[in-house]
Amino acid sequence: MRESGTDVSDLLTEFRRPELLQIVALTLRVSGVALVLATVSGVPIGALLGLVRFRGQRLVTLLLYTGMGLPPVVVGLFVYLGLSNSGPFGSLGWLFTPTAMIVAQAIIAFPLVAGLTMTAVAGVDRAVRQQVFALGASRWQSAWTVVLEARVGVTAAIVAAFGGIISEVGAVMLVGGNIDGQTRVLTTAIVLYTRQGEFALAIALGLVLIAVAFGANVMLLRLQGRLGDR
Amino acid sequence: MTAAPLYRLESVRQQYGGRVVLDIDRLEIGRGETLAVLGPSGSGKSTLLRLLQFLERPSAGRLWFDGQPAESEPPVDVRRRVTTVFQRPFVLTRSVRANLAFGLRVRGRADRPADIDRLLDALGLAALAHAPAHSLSGGEVQRVALARALAFDPEVLLLDEPTANLDPRNVRLVEDLIRDRRARGVTIVLATHQIFQARRLADRAALLLDGQVVEAGPAAQVLDHAADPRTRAFLSGDMVY
Repeated sequence: MRESGTDVSDLLTEFRRPELLQIVALTLRVSGVALVLATVSGVPIGALLGLVRFRGQRLVTLLLYTGMGLPPVVVGLFVYLGLSNSGPFGSLGWLFTPTAMIVAQAIIAFPLVAGLTMTAVAGVDRAVRQQVFALGASRWQSAWTVVLEARVGVTAAIVAAFGGIISEVGAVMLVGGNIDGQTRVLTTAIVLYTRQGEFALAIALGLVLIAVAFGANVMLLRLQGRLGDR
Repeated sequence: MTAAPLYRLESVRQQYGGRVVLDIDRLEIGRGETLAVLGPSGSGKSTLLRLLQFLERPSAGRLWFDGQPAESEPPVDVRRRVTTVFQRPFVLTRSVRANLAFGLRVRGRADRPADIDRLLDALGLAALAHAPAHSLSGGEVQRVALARALAFDPEVLLLDEPTANLDPRNVRLVEDLIRDRRARGVTIVLATHQIFQARRLADRAALLLDGQVVEAGPAAQVLDHAADPRTRAFLSGDMVY
């Protein structure tokens, strides 16, 4: 490791850098709020699409699936254009703020949450719905019970979306600008420090990113288990 | 049957695609009676139960429940008077106890642990109360499904082959519970191909063949002195169709 200018003691020093905590906190705030927004909108919409049949459903499904594969940098580009001074939402003054990053990440996460929730809910056996109906559930109670039956898939949708946004760099770089102390998150910081040759710090941030993703997923899976006990 | 019947079916026809699976000229089910619907597999028994549970609308004809037309989906409080134990019941991916409490919870009623325990005990499921329901065997699932249906004291109990996967001991447990509900005035429709079970449990019996009611009447009459030769052939074990 010495040849590349990095060893374990360098890494330990980097973990103690004061700005690290700030970067981690902003990363969690941006991706966390974006995930909550995508979940509260994406789970009900995905569940509805999985439960009902309507004209144009195939088109909506196709659009959602396409959205699941949207390159973050393209989402970042459109959010940038929308929030720039000449854009329709320029007056909000959100460009190069964490709010713009949240908007971009929520847009990236939404099709993942909605699309995978739709697949999970549609995959619940029709006989379960009939059974629940025959036990006296109202339409809402039936729908909620089916979503609970699909909870493994719904949790996987949320986990996948979180993994997608916490690790993306293109959108937050474009709309946040990677401003030190203001819009710098783990991924954009890794890009910056790698370019500057500060490999120890970049590796430390990479390890923190992996640990944060791991911790968040542990929490989500615990939530899934708790729902299962109800 | 002196009082007005609970269910009345007139010229009810159900078809899937072009295939007619049920074609009932007239059938009445009285309040508090136990009707055994007999017939071979594919004769339309399950379809009839789905209509009685309001899960499907008849393709044609009239269906009344408690004097009200029920061709379209009745309000939820009417639906909640009826429940079905399906031939292949589905348990929710929760504990056995949570499955039993489901019907009470959707009705906004508190689940009294002592009542649930008594039901679990009556069906030999006490040891499994906290087990995940989806880990149970077929016979256990069938008993859980019956206990779950009885937990909220339905007025009408539709049973589709309720003892198909059970050993003789558990058949007796289930039949005892059915008898208990019958004694309490619950209206029961029992779809079965087991003639002896119909004899043990039913007040009236109806034979379905190819979706049509071939014969209906008091159980003793239909089962012991059938008028229709097809009924006699079915009861004697000959293959009808």
